Amino acid sequence: MTERPPLTGDAAAGSDGYATMTTASPSASLAMPADWRDFLALTKPRVMSLAIFTALCGMLVAPVAIHPVLGFTAILAIALGAGACGALNQWLEVDVDGAMRRTASRPLPAGRMEPQAALHFGVGLGVFSVILLGMATNWVAAGVLAVSILFYIVVYTIWLKPRTPQNIVIGGAAGAFPPVIGWAAATGEAALGWPVSLPWLLFALIFLWTPPHFWALSLFVRTDYQRAGIPMLPVVAGETATRRQIFLYTIPMALSAVAPWAFGHTGALYGVTASVLTAIFLLLATQVGFRRSVEGDAMKPEKRLFAFSILYLFILFAAVVADAWILT
Amino acid sequence: MSDDLPPDFDMEEFRRRQRDRSRIMAIAMGALAILFFLITIAKIGLLA
Repeated sequence: MTERPPLTGDAAAGSDGYATMTTASPSASLAMPADWRDFLALTKPRVMSLAIFTALCGMLVAPVAIHPVLGFTAILAIALGAGACGALNQWLEVDVDGAMRRTASRPLPAGRMEPQAALHFGVGLGVFSVILLGMATNWVAAGVLAVSILFYIVVYTIWLKPRTPQNIVIGGAAGAFPPVIGWAAATGEAALGWPVSLPWLLFALIFLWTPPHFWALSLFVRTDYQRAGIPMLPVVAGETATRRQIFLYTIPMALSAVAPWAFGHTGALYGVTASVLTAIFLLLATQVGFRRSVEGDAMKPEKRLFAFSILYLFILFAAVVADAWILT
Repeated sequence: MSDDLPPDFDMEEFRRRQRDRSRIMAIAMGALAILFFLITIAKIGLLA
């Protein structure tokens, strides 16, 4: 992807991605439209891919088969909903993103797009995604999607993230909804009740996976968070406490990973895959949990844990589907 | 109009972005129309 130039000139607030270029004459003005690739970047496609994949898995393991067209539409709506979250998150955090090296080149902090355009894009995408899901499948799924979008924006981004180091612990719920939405799209039910249903066990897995995943990341980008004033655990409680928390949170995550097997929702294929991969996760988390970084440390174990945690979740969800489709 | 433009304004880039956005919107609208048609057919099929 080629680097696009920032909006130049005296950029004033425009709308729909246009930055007004004022000239010497007040009456004469011309607007530079934001590039479509910047709108795409606003949706955080990489984060979106995890939501799409876990939603698809939730849908595929549901006991009711969904019409392929409606299933595709449901996944599209969930992807658009996730994209809306990304856009609104970037609109709300433009100053924070600008202060962090990892995010400074995003469209808003880099000045390639007007904030108002990102707001319109995010709200439009979010509303459209909920209506599309509701009309194509059912309003239970649409309701859960709406709750997850609002949770991510209001509870996580606005309320928790700037205030508490527990931000990603509670906020992790927002990213855990997609398998429940996928399931609800197929069945028309949210599957609440006892014993705990498979979609909610998958919800628990993502929810408990989020803290060790993000804290591993926060250990090697700590200075970024510090500069941006985000109270991530390493910034507030220090490195040692964060390492212990990574290890401690991995234990309930490990239990939730094997729970679908223990509860009888899946067979041996998932059980063995989850056990082996979780053992590796525990090993890597233990390594991170009980070491201490030194001056100029490359933080290799932390980077390894972060990278593995992504692969771990993808494989586990693939195994749930494979188990349901191949062995039963 | 070009006399009124600031010296660093890239008219070529402006046109390219306009063209790209128009193209993307046309594709998105066309895809949505097809998708809504298919959803309707699928829903009718489910009701039948």
